[in-house]
Amino acid sequence: MVVLSVHHDVREARLEDIHQSARALCVRLVSGVIKMALRELSSLERFLGLKKPNKYSTQGGKKVPVLQNNNGPALIGLVTIASHLVHEAKRPELLGDSAEQRAVVQQWLEHRVTRLDNCSKEEVKVILKDLNQYLEDKVYLAGNVFTLADILMYYGIHHIVVELAIQEKERYLNSIPKWSPLKALITAFSALVWAVLWGLTGCHVLALGQWADYQL
Amino acid sequence: MKLYIADGNPHCIKVLAVLELTGVKCEIETVSHEEKVVPHLSHPVLPILLLPNGQHLFSPNSICQYLFDKSGQKATDATNQWLEWEATHLQPALLQSLHMVALQGKRVEAAAVMREPLNWLEQNLNKKNTQFLTAEAVSVADVVLWAALYPLMSDSGFDAGELRSVRSWFECVNDLAACQTAAQKFLQGKGVEALKTFLQKHPVTHAQRRDSPTNDTEVEDAEHVMTEQEIEEAAQVWSEGLKSSSAVTEKKHPILPQEGKKNVLLTSALPYVNNVPHLGNIIGCVLSADVFGRYGRLRGWNLLFVCGTDEYGTATENKAREEGLTPQEICDKYHAIHAAIYQWFQIDFDFFGRTTTERQTEIAQDIFWRLHERGFLLEDTVEQLRCESCQRFLADRFVEGECPHCRYPEARGDQCDKCGRLINAVELRNPQCKVCKQTPVIRSSKHLFLNLPKLEDELEQWLNKSTNAGDWTANAKHITRSWLRDGLKPRCITRDLKWGTPVPHEDYKEKVFYVWFDAPIGYLSITANYTDQWEKWWKNPQQVELYNFMAKDNVPFHSVVFPCSLLGAQDNYTLVNHLIATEYLNYEDTKFSKSRGVGVFGDMAKDTGIPSDVWRFYLLYMRPEGQDSAFSWSDMALKNNSELLNNLGNFINRAGMFVSKFFDGCVPEMLLNEDDKRLIAQVCWELKQYIQLLDKVRIRDALKCILNISRHGNQYIQVNEPWKKIKGGDGDRQRAGTVTGVSVNVACLLSAVLEPYMPTVSHTIREQLQAPHICASAMLQDAGAFICTLPAGHRIGTVSPLFQKLENEQIEALRKRFGGQQTPSSSSAAVETKPSAVAAQEASQNVNADPERAKQLTALVAEQGNKVRGLKTQKAEKSVIDEEVKKLLDLKKQLSLAEGKNPEPQKGKKK
Repeated sequence: MVVLSVHHDVREARLEDIHQSARALCVRLVSGVIKMALRELSSLERFLGLKKPNKYSTQGGKKVPVLQNNNGPALIGLVTIASHLVHEAKRPELLGDSAEQRAVVQQWLEHRVTRLDNCSKEEVKVILKDLNQYLEDKVYLAGNVFTLADILMYYGIHHIVVELAIQEKERYLNSIPKWSPLKALITAFSALVWAVLWGLTGCHVLALGQWADYQL
Repeated sequence: MKLYIADGNPHCIKVLAVLELTGVKCEIETVSHEEKVVPHLSHPVLPILLLPNGQHLFSPNSICQYLFDKSGQKATDATNQWLEWEATHLQPALLQSLHMVALQGKRVEAAAVMREPLNWLEQNLNKKNTQFLTAEAVSVADVVLWAALYPLMSDSGFDAGELRSVRSWFECVNDLAACQTAAQKFLQGKGVEALKTFLQKHPVTHAQRRDSPTNDTEVEDAEHVMTEQEIEEAAQVWSEGLKSSSAVTEKKHPILPQEGKKNVLLTSALPYVNNVPHLGNIIGCVLSADVFGRYGRLRGWNLLFVCGTDEYGTATENKAREEGLTPQEICDKYHAIHAAIYQWFQIDFDFFGRTTTERQTEIAQDIFWRLHERGFLLEDTVEQLRCESCQRFLADRFVEGECPHCRYPEARGDQCDKCGRLINAVELRNPQCKVCKQTPVIRSSKHLFLNLPKLEDELEQWLNKSTNAGDWTANAKHITRSWLRDGLKPRCITRDLKWGTPVPHEDYKEKVFYVWFDAPIGYLSITANYTDQWEKWWKNPQQVELYNFMAKDNVPFHSVVFPCSLLGAQDNYTLVNHLIATEYLNYEDTKFSKSRGVGVFGDMAKDTGIPSDVWRFYLLYMRPEGQDSAFSWSDMALKNNSELLNNLGNFINRAGMFVSKFFDGCVPEMLLNEDDKRLIAQVCWELKQYIQLLDKVRIRDALKCILNISRHGNQYIQVNEPWKKIKGGDGDRQRAGTVTGVSVNVACLLSAVLEPYMPTVSHTIREQLQAPHICASAMLQDAGAFICTLPAGHRIGTVSPLFQKLENEQIEALRKRFGGQQTPSSSSAAVETKPSAVAAQEASQNVNADPERAKQLTALVAEQGNKVRGLKTQKAEKSVIDEEVKKLLDLKKQLSLAEGKNPEPQKGKKK
């Protein structure tokens, strides 16, 4: 007796929902990115334990996030605002304890907004491959401590995971070929790193679902 | 610490300047552009700073920041912000601009590229009252920005514009000794010339979005950029208008393959007769096939679309027993129901037949004998349970007994509900016939098996060819591959049943063919009932292309099992060329379930008052193409109101109304300007996409192209405002005429591309516009051409709105009526999309279940229970209590019925 497709169990159904909402997000990619950056900042505020949520707007064709600051001029740019929030929360260690560490964190933050955001499909492969190599002997991007770089890089990659997962799901259905950008991405970070990141960044549900989906 | 730089790399200037300025001690090594300094980066990147701890910094800005940090100047919000802006905004523009200056000598264009970032810098500097960007003293931001701009700003031919503040700030930084040294050392007075090698190796990458161009599933996002030539060509084709040579060929029955034509044989999976099909079944096969069929006919293919009800099997026998009819009567009754439903959905079959016919017996038996003669059948003995009192062998679902593994007393013949293990029915302890509760006996019975392993090689060869040459959906290929990978086993083709095609062999005369063997032969026999010359379709792989439409659960029967029967029969049968399988459509948050009364079934759709075309539209819009999708009432209302009413309907209606109101119902003269030509080209491009997608049976994606066309149209009207221009002078009135004329022609094209999806609406539009019959097929020929089919002077008919708004209350009422609030955990009922062979074995359980009623009853039972307890505590009279207890028991009984449980006391108490 052939039992085809045990497709319809509850978890699967929930995942479908999530895929769909994520799809909707990607369909409006331009607006998706904007909202993502703003949502990202809100998540970061929660993670930092900042009591009063800030109001953000966006600016220009690239829809750069803007933080209106009561004490001074507006702050513009994801990295700038994120670093500012870290200071505000009195968690400077998240930007690095030494000059070396600070530089490394800074470099990955910049990497996020210059390379990861809006890169082409071809570039994604290279970026992920490089990241994989870099992380081979490290726990976190800045070595052994968790920093803002991990958070922002995570968000940036997460966005790509969602897109790739959806595209690949459509393209290859249940079987993902031996090599694919998504596979590369999943193997890019050790499971431990992912787990830690997910635990810390709050929007882990989706990613964890995807992760489990493709691990199995 | 060591710094790696390369000659002529502009990013090195800032690092060198900062190094000078901060005085940090550092070894410098000049390497070539290709030198890979950082092991973890695939492409060579420079400059690189090797930190004392062995880490590499590969971002020039981070290197600068680090050097400042070392010398005691920490980053601030302000410096961060400038560095981020420099990296994300200034650098991309700079790189492009430097390319233009150094490699192409286009200094004017280069200045244009820089205008925006330089203006931004100017504005910000104007607001400052400090000498430098962030403070009175120089910061990392000043050096980084200065260095970035240096090559351009020091180029004498580059005109940056007024920008007084930028210039004075730039000079300020430029005057710093450190900057002077770095610049001279680096460019050696050669200006941008020094950067040539670097620039040639670093082409400007047009920031390409990760998703749109190659993400083939989201067509609507890829905004097509058109060339001048494309636009001119489209306008040219448009203006040529309809050619007299194009003519529609009327359909003449019987349709037979013709030499020199594209001959398409189209089948939709045969729906199992004893169920009323639900929306998922409809979109999965018949509706999808219908869209493709209608499209094919418009394209001028010679196409035959056949389908019919699959009528043999246990499930029919069972249903007959339930309803007290004969199996034949059941089939007659439900065949008519199916036919009526498909007719309402406007499924344009050339023939809708059934499997219980003479021709079915003939053809099935012929294939059987051919397989038998060629040694592709095996004989084996199977042990089965037989109920002597019912006089029949029991299908797995009709036996219950004690689980041999966990001793659960009500295990089914195929699986134990408690431990979940799969069971062979003969292993059950104390088995009982579910119908009469008698104990069945084990009987061995001889059966015939199709020897799939013997046909495997031939099958694989054919599959390789067919899947490569044809359009098989990804899921179809995948399911087929996994079947082959697991290895093929002989499959039983006979059954101890009465309701089926009799096995003609002497030793098996009491048996019939198993439905999976029999049912696909239905395609052949149904065609044979349509025309005596059916073999011209089915034994003609040279001339005929066969398309099979189905839901994914039916794939193996069409890609492995049935082809094996046909290959083994060796009679030059037409095998499937294109296998199109959908995923599943869910209902709201759950599955369609007849037994739980959840979901919309074919016969109910028309009672909703929503037109058939709107149903078709939404189902096709949500077609589970590539992944599962879900039917949702509120989404249906949303799509109706936004896409049909506000987008499509609005455009077509406006275009028609302008012609009626402003031009007396006659299409005005059109003098195309650039905007009109651009629109025509855009629409034409969408049309070509539509054709490419539908040729590949990407039905849902092609529908998006239609909606894009009317979106373009709406925008075009909105921008050109013909309703205002008509009141203006001659020029304006001329313009209003052109825009109206082009728009009404776009509406005519829409009627053509809508035909496969919404036949009634398409027809209504053509009628309203009085469009010539041939316009649809003329525009859908070859790669597709958007033609002016309604020339100036053409008189249109009466225009009226095409769609109606779906109101919230209406939708809420429908949602309530059709259920769907059940918790997903209660989903135990069989989905109706089971392959017929499997479905045949499943009895419909819980037919009387009624969740709504169960809810009410639960409340009543609780209430009555309280009442009884109250009476008992009050020590009421026994007769009073007894009466209330009786009521309570009665309610409980009703509740179990409503929950679909058997209210009879279970095991043990019987007999």
